Amino acid sequence: MRRKKDRPQKAGSKNSSFTRRDFLKGAGVTVSGGLLVGSAAVKAAPPPAEGGFVGPDAVPVTLRVNGKIHKLKLEPRVTLLDALRDDLDITGSKKVCDRATCGSCTVMMDRKPVYACTVLAIEAEGHDITTIEGLGSAEKLTPVMAAFVKHDAQQCGFCTPGFVMASTAFLQRNPNPTMEEIEKSLGGNLCRCGTYQGIRHAVLEAAKEMKGGAHGSM
Amino acid sequence: MEPFEYASPKSVQEAVRLLGSSWGGTEILAGGTDLISAMKDRITIPKRVVSLKNVKGLNRVEFSANSGLRLGALATVQQLLDSREARQHYPALVEAADGVRGEQMRHMGTLGGELLQRPRDWYFRNGFGLLAQHDGKPLIPDGQNYYSAILGNSGPAYFVSPSMLAPILIALDARVRLHGLGGEREVELSKFYTSPKTENEREYVIKPDEILTEITVPPSRGAKMAHYEVREKEGLDWPLVAASVVLAMDGSSVKSARVVLGHVAPVPWPAPGAEAALRGKSISEEVADEAGKAAVSKATPLSQNGYKVQLARIAVKRALLRAAKGEA
Amino acid sequence: MAACKYDYPPAGHHELIGKSIDRIDGPEKSSGRAKYTYDMNPSGRLIAKLCTCPYPHAKVKSVDVSAAKAMPGVKAVLVVQGPGSEIQWAGDEIAAVAAVNEQIAEDAVRAIKVEYEQLPHLVREEDLKRAESESRTKPAGETTTGDPSKAFQDPDAVVSEGYYGLPVITHCCLESHGSTVEWTDAKSLKTWTSTQNVSGGPGQFGKGLRLRKVEVEDGNIETICQYIGGGFGSKFSPDRWGMEAAQLAKMAGAPVRLMLDRDTELMMAGARPSVFGKIRVAARKDGTLTAWDSDTWGTGGVGPAGHPPLPYVLEVPNRHWKHTMVATNIGPSRAWRAPNHPQACLLTMSAIDDLAAKLQMDPLEMLLKNVNLAPEVLRKPYTEELQKAAELADWKKNWHPRGDKTPGHIKRGMGVSLHTWGGRGHFSNCNVIIRPDGSVTVQLGSQDLGTGTRTVIAIMVAETLGLPVDAVLVQIGDSKYPPDGASGGSTTVGGVSSSTRRGTINARDELFAAVAPALGVQPAQLEAWDGKIRVKDDPSKSLTWKQACAKLGVKTIHATGKNPGPCMLTNSGVGGVQIADVSVDTETGQVKMNRIIAAQDCGLIIDMKTAKSQVYGALIMGVCYSLFEQKVMDETLGVMLNPNMEFYKLATIGDIGEFEVHMMTGPGYDERGVIGLGEPPVISPGAAISNAVANAIGVRVPTLPITPDKVLKALEKGAMA
Repeated sequence: MRRKKDRPQKAGSKNSSFTRRDFLKGAGVTVSGGLLVGSAAVKAAPPPAEGGFVGPDAVPVTLRVNGKIHKLKLEPRVTLLDALRDDLDITGSKKVCDRATCGSCTVMMDRKPVYACTVLAIEAEGHDITTIEGLGSAEKLTPVMAAFVKHDAQQCGFCTPGFVMASTAFLQRNPNPTMEEIEKSLGGNLCRCGTYQGIRHAVLEAAKEMKGGAHGSM
Repeated sequence: MEPFEYASPKSVQEAVRLLGSSWGGTEILAGGTDLISAMKDRITIPKRVVSLKNVKGLNRVEFSANSGLRLGALATVQQLLDSREARQHYPALVEAADGVRGEQMRHMGTLGGELLQRPRDWYFRNGFGLLAQHDGKPLIPDGQNYYSAILGNSGPAYFVSPSMLAPILIALDARVRLHGLGGEREVELSKFYTSPKTENEREYVIKPDEILTEITVPPSRGAKMAHYEVREKEGLDWPLVAASVVLAMDGSSVKSARVVLGHVAPVPWPAPGAEAALRGKSISEEVADEAGKAAVSKATPLSQNGYKVQLARIAVKRALLRAAKGEA
Repeated sequence: MAACKYDYPPAGHHELIGKSIDRIDGPEKSSGRAKYTYDMNPSGRLIAKLCTCPYPHAKVKSVDVSAAKAMPGVKAVLVVQGPGSEIQWAGDEIAAVAAVNEQIAEDAVRAIKVEYEQLPHLVREEDLKRAESESRTKPAGETTTGDPSKAFQDPDAVVSEGYYGLPVITHCCLESHGSTVEWTDAKSLKTWTSTQNVSGGPGQFGKGLRLRKVEVEDGNIETICQYIGGGFGSKFSPDRWGMEAAQLAKMAGAPVRLMLDRDTELMMAGARPSVFGKIRVAARKDGTLTAWDSDTWGTGGVGPAGHPPLPYVLEVPNRHWKHTMVATNIGPSRAWRAPNHPQACLLTMSAIDDLAAKLQMDPLEMLLKNVNLAPEVLRKPYTEELQKAAELADWKKNWHPRGDKTPGHIKRGMGVSLHTWGGRGHFSNCNVIIRPDGSVTVQLGSQDLGTGTRTVIAIMVAETLGLPVDAVLVQIGDSKYPPDGASGGSTTVGGVSSSTRRGTINARDELFAAVAPALGVQPAQLEAWDGKIRVKDDPSKSLTWKQACAKLGVKTIHATGKNPGPCMLTNSGVGGVQIADVSVDTETGQVKMNRIIAAQDCGLIIDMKTAKSQVYGALIMGVCYSLFEQKVMDETLGVMLNPNMEFYKLATIGDIGEFEVHMMTGPGYDERGVIGLGEPPVISPGAAISNAVANAIGVRVPTLPITPDKVLKALEKGAMA
């Protein structure tokens, strides 16, 4: 009767193509993400293993975030969300459920909205990643952001970037949404303070604004 | 998440070669919402992960009048929702896809992954096993079985099949194409799911070293169809029950019917009793009601989930009435 | 009566107060730039993770952290509850690890070996007999007023009996609990903590750390929380894991971020106590309440959790209540937005609603009839709010006696409830700074939970100085600013409004003194209005704000203000009435929210926009706990089965229906001063929705959340009756 996280390492993992010990030995010098924990310690990438497998040690990963290239060394198990937040200090995307449920981590990959908590960073390579920082700023709000302010579609604000990302992606795909479509499309985001009332109004208004074209495409 | 090796092959053949012959050692990654979450929860602890994201040609949504609908395993739920032809010829399939909520899940979730997602059962997701046993006894019959199976629940599995698309696809006689080392095979989706007897089995007949590459749906030939879900939440969530019906018509009467229930048993649950009750009838409130009753006549609810029997009965009835009216 | 010096400007003399003003930190939040505790990445920061107990009740036999310590990348390991410790809930922490990244920290946690001796547990409390048989119950209070048994026996009394309840729910803050901490030197600690109590942070850390033999003085600790991702009453202290973060940081010589994982958050960082119970309530045939009797129980974990104030609001003349606590191993309770009130409200308003049905009375009429049983200060507001809500709901036209007789399986119903809360402003201190260049800064050691505190402060300063809102720089969220109260119990807006009003008037008067000679008048003849300092009786004589401030020369004004203080700027005791309108599918048991109408008073409203948002948010939170939420425990395992956000059900944007919020303003309300609003509107939704469901389907669904199975069961039972 043990919960998953508390279970000790399964004996089976010794049978893998690497040993636990090897990994740990590697991990000591192959810390992920040079930016915050010191890049001097990063060692060269191991050659791809048989069959094209890489890892489990950190491997070079190049991420293009908001148009900027970042070269990192990450284990394959590092999610895009953790890489953005912990390695690149791009923290607009929040870590909340960490299980593809609440939408707080939403970013766009090639303009499509995804839960960054369940995208591996290594898989984001080669794609254009847009975080909320890449859409606008407090000084230059996008129509969606401005509508969220106007309709007070935010309280604590922790879910807000995810809602703004999902709303933006949704409106790009569907510029003339019905309320039912809004509710289904934003049904993958959760708010605890109870800002949905404002969000509904904000998204409808942003749709009008974006069609007006006065504020560009986003 | 525990460490793993990662590969991203470019072709199905290459990918198949990288798989292992037993479950769990190597996992196949597609959309990621289920697998990565399951790995974080340590439901599965693979040593290797083979991503299909760079495999070309697996994301088609194609329709032809002669052969029907071909859905690549990597096509997303959003692609299905966007398909005019799917909407026209298989409205109930699109209705079922519409049950997947949230822009993110619709864009990340692949159709193959939707069919292969692991059960949402909370004992399983909390690490107490697919069969949720404790000291050799099943936890669910006397535990929190609110969401558990009401059919096919004589054990050892009590979870419910999570797929939202499988019931309608089965009702539409869909088949899945599986690629293995020895080549490819096709399996009727109705024979694809199985109720596991041990912790080492999974919920389907696909082998650990096979990849589901395509779903094919035969032409619908003017059949009436509908899908009806009873949900707790309008947003991202899994239905309490769902019913899919496909009716081949002879004038105003039913020539043959397919009725498949979702989320009521460890596998998508065909309801032959309901199908028989519909044959030769034209759909009325009473006929639909009778079919609903027939669909659940063998239900064996547990301590907390008797309500699901009623929900399933109503879902069948409402799906039939919608189908008769030409609504999806 | 002469106006008191610090009084808020009178009606008609407001430029900003009471208007709908955008929250000033809105752009920071909606652009993702707002930085929360979870977002702090000080250079070299480590990630800490907790090793938690998998059992609900156990004794720790041994803890072996050697393997974790030996892992490369692991910088510090701390045993929190070592051998001999008795663990009372699954999820409690045994040890903590700090490592260079999240992945290694997780690996290290799994490498910790803990041996336990399992002890008997209880995690489900609804079955009181079982709890009693396991000696898990404890009296939590009993009071008799008047002569209830006689009143119940009165031949004229109509008596209704029922069973009602609501389960334990969790706070589920989107930002989990935690701190990022940094020892800036050997003696100085900087903490970013997700807290409702910024000013209290240094004292809490100092005391906690000294208990753990870490020498640090409170004065050398700074606690920062510019933004917090939800608290709802669960974040009044940095908690044990805040201390652990500081200890790990000290051991590792590097900053540490320790935020709870979602499952731990849901298991142990917040729970609202449950209440279940049997209630009898009596009234005369005209609806006048005469007697009350309640025998209730509930759990808030192993410890006490107070008791619901029963009967709620209406002091039925003859009454008896008794409450029993059940000790369970579910994790500790924490204050949850309006502690004990939603529970008491559900039980009371449901019981009265059932009695009204028995009397074949309109429940809204029955509440109106019994308003005189409420505390005197609330009688007028309740009467007006009941009338206002009825008008907005078109109650007379839309309400029907219990059981919608419309054919078909969709039944519609309406239910009403009322509630109260205190909400007097807490202690508060501010600095108001006016510089010769015209810039204005206000500083308070307060925090904005998303309620709009920053905005309210800005409005109050701007209104007092005759400036636009954006002319004021508000600095809060840091313990280096003047100490302020914790944000709990709806006390913040009253506190900060009062202190800020006083501080700004003090500052303004200093400015008037500096400016008066230039305008050739006495300071008392001046007013600040529309960006000018002008002579009251001759507005043509004025200086622009900038010109006026320039008269300060090299002097900067530093004024202070505090609460409590002179003049009645804050008050206590608000009322609110809510009407829910639902549709129930009697074949599937699904409840669909159509609308909730809320009439709410809270004294003088500073910002109508954020005030209404508080009410909308409370109503939506109310829909969540009425229809979806509960902490689901498995008795065999003793663990929570839904510690994630898929299984712990919160309403999504399509589940909530429409809302109409009416804030009570004007004479009778405004002059009361500023009163808090965070708690009150979250109290009534449970009762209003439950009553609406009963009105729709003709029978009571006894407990929340109102899920399809319960609706179908109630209908079945009703059909048999």
